Amino acid sequence: MKTYNFVGHKKIYFSISILILVACIVCASIFGIKLDIQFKGGSIITYNYEGTINQNEFKSEIENILGEKVSVQKTKNAITGSDNFVVSLAAAKGIDSEKQIELTDKIESKYAENKLETLSINIVDPTIGKEFLYKCIVAVGFAALLMIIYVGFRFKSIGGVSAGVMAVIALLHDIMVVFATFVILRIPLNDSFIAVVLTILGYSLNDTIVIYDRVRENKKIYGNHYTIGELVNMSVSQCLSRSIATTATTIMSMVVVCIMASIYNVSSILTFAFPMIIGMISGVYSSICIAGPLWVMWQEREKK
Amino acid sequence: MKKVGKSVFFIVALLIVLVTTLAFTGISTEYGDVTTTYVRGAGDIRWGTDIRGGVDVTFCPPDDYDAADNEMRQAESIIKMRLVNLGITDYEVYTDFSKDRIIVRFPWKSEEKNFDPQAAIAELGETASLTFRQGAERDPETGAPTGETLENVLVNGSDVEEAYASVDPEKNIYLVSLKFTEEGREKFAKATEICLNKQMSIWMDDKMLSAPVVRAHITEGQATIEGNFTPEEAAALAEKINAGALPFKLQTENYNTLSPTLGMGAKDAMVKAGIIAFILISLFIIIIYRLPGAVASIALLGQVGLMIASITGFFPAFRSFTLTLPGIAGIILAIGFGVDANIITAERIKEELKAGKSVENAINSGFSRAFTAIFDGNVTVVFVAIILMGAFGPTNSMFAKILSPVFTWFGPATAGAIYSFGFTLLVGVILNLVMGVLCSRLMLTSLAKFKFCQNPALYGGAKNENL
Repeated sequence: MKTYNFVGHKKIYFSISILILVACIVCASIFGIKLDIQFKGGSIITYNYEGTINQNEFKSEIENILGEKVSVQKTKNAITGSDNFVVSLAAAKGIDSEKQIELTDKIESKYAENKLETLSINIVDPTIGKEFLYKCIVAVGFAALLMIIYVGFRFKSIGGVSAGVMAVIALLHDIMVVFATFVILRIPLNDSFIAVVLTILGYSLNDTIVIYDRVRENKKIYGNHYTIGELVNMSVSQCLSRSIATTATTIMSMVVVCIMASIYNVSSILTFAFPMIIGMISGVYSSICIAGPLWVMWQEREKK
Repeated sequence: MKKVGKSVFFIVALLIVLVTTLAFTGISTEYGDVTTTYVRGAGDIRWGTDIRGGVDVTFCPPDDYDAADNEMRQAESIIKMRLVNLGITDYEVYTDFSKDRIIVRFPWKSEEKNFDPQAAIAELGETASLTFRQGAERDPETGAPTGETLENVLVNGSDVEEAYASVDPEKNIYLVSLKFTEEGREKFAKATEICLNKQMSIWMDDKMLSAPVVRAHITEGQATIEGNFTPEEAAALAEKINAGALPFKLQTENYNTLSPTLGMGAKDAMVKAGIIAFILISLFIIIIYRLPGAVASIALLGQVGLMIASITGFFPAFRSFTLTLPGIAGIILAIGFGVDANIITAERIKEELKAGKSVENAINSGFSRAFTAIFDGNVTVVFVAIILMGAFGPTNSMFAKILSPVFTWFGPATAGAIYSFGFTLLVGVILNLVMGVLCSRLMLTSLAKFKFCQNPALYGGAKNENL
């Protein structure tokens, strides 16, 4: 079997990763981080209509009823083929249900000839939104902690703590890449973001574990015959075709989802599946090129 | 795995095909209008509100009001009763006692074109109106009070100090005991005088809860209702009567409605994506791993079938789960991820063959040496799936309870669709161990007993010159 020298090229991999991370931070500071109303609170109402409605007139109509500033965006619905207005309230706060009913009644009767309908209403209270955001952050942190403990425990024989910490550094790398994908594509951070981050945590660690498992096995077979660097290179190379095949099937499944979601304009799934693909690529890359070589560095330093 | 015979492959494969077919089609019989379901199929899947449209709303007491736990329970029982009165039966209601919030989800009623979800929500949050009325006359169709029962309201909910379930030690039956306030005592004394030896009825909004016959003129402000109650029925009636004394009106904090036109199209697109992904992945692994690949795609079919079965509950006696768009994405992801176990094993078998082992030995050691990696890898995804369910699920779910020490300071999720993703991911990973490891091993070991399956080339090894 051909053994590839992953450890030897670590400088190239680390530079690529650092470059991505820097790019991510630069993008985040230029574009800003957008939070979905799920996290920051607010109100978004979508209307469906036929024919033509003057957008500015529609906007001032709503502002009159609510007595608040709103912004109106025009979109096209790929499934029904009709036009939509997406109305968001400028203030990040909810509207009570009486006001809501009043708005719907007035606006639907006013534009009855355009068959105006309320398609969706999404109102989130800012305090609940903030709590939900913190809960999500805690969930991600807790997941990462569990992973370190588990990897540390299972891989005691090859230096558990170092293996766990290195695996988590690789995971942070993947989270940053997913985060950068959301920031660059200007997708507001929402529950999909957290779901993608958590899934990638599990997925990327799975790759890393398969490699560690091989290192453990090879160490048992060969003992101290090889250096740590050689051991990792050998193990990663042995796992390489599996890593590629598994990444291929998982990415294939998400690519199909992505294509169907973009044909039918299912934006909630598109903003979920695409960052997932990017995260998976990052996951397999970080397991092979980051977690292994980093662990070798830690082990070699400890020996000195 | 020495005892695995040639027939095992056919038994396992047939079982997989059978269970999968059943999971999709289900079994039900129809006699006239009555449909009896014996096995739930894909048609019985309960779709989330993001697919068939619906309402997702969070209620809470007014800002300055600190509600006690029992008041929240009362509020929950009022909401449930009103939902049923509105003809909505497949609702989900969760109460978060630490944050004083009630989350209500219900789907769009498919048969009603003009269903007004906003009016329904406003109605759910109204202060409950409990009344004691004279007689028990009601409209046979709507069930609303009529005649003297409509006109003569004798006692109001605010006059009741407390209602609780109790036991009559002499007759050994369950009762609902009532205690009235100072003002209520006088009203109730007058009421029992009017209704002596006649019926008096207890109403919540326009629904009659109970219509006991008054046996005595009661002046001391305490009364009991007898009525062949089970302990649960007595407790439920007491809770409903207490709810009538609920001192606050519920406000809506979060509010989310979606019309069904968007979601159904999205669902169809996702189902198509699932089918395409399944075919592509099966082809991919068959081309790359040949015989183990073919076995893997049978196992994968079984995995999909069992996932559908775990969502529907399969047998009507089991609980079914709501499937949302991210939930479907989870199934598709599990299809892609599910072959991982087979891939790890197939790679191992290839290596063992290269090391010069016979086909049978290569399969055996391939499976056993691959197991730790598969297991460790799957455990991490199980962690993630449980955390997803705990963070995004209802606060009274099992997973939220396990994780409650972690999430204790945080409120419920403002989005429910991800819970289903966590569920399908969890089920997918667990089934992966069953199908990708156990069933695949049985099938492959059994197939290897056939002469034509002993060519290492079928497993990606070098051609066997001796054959």
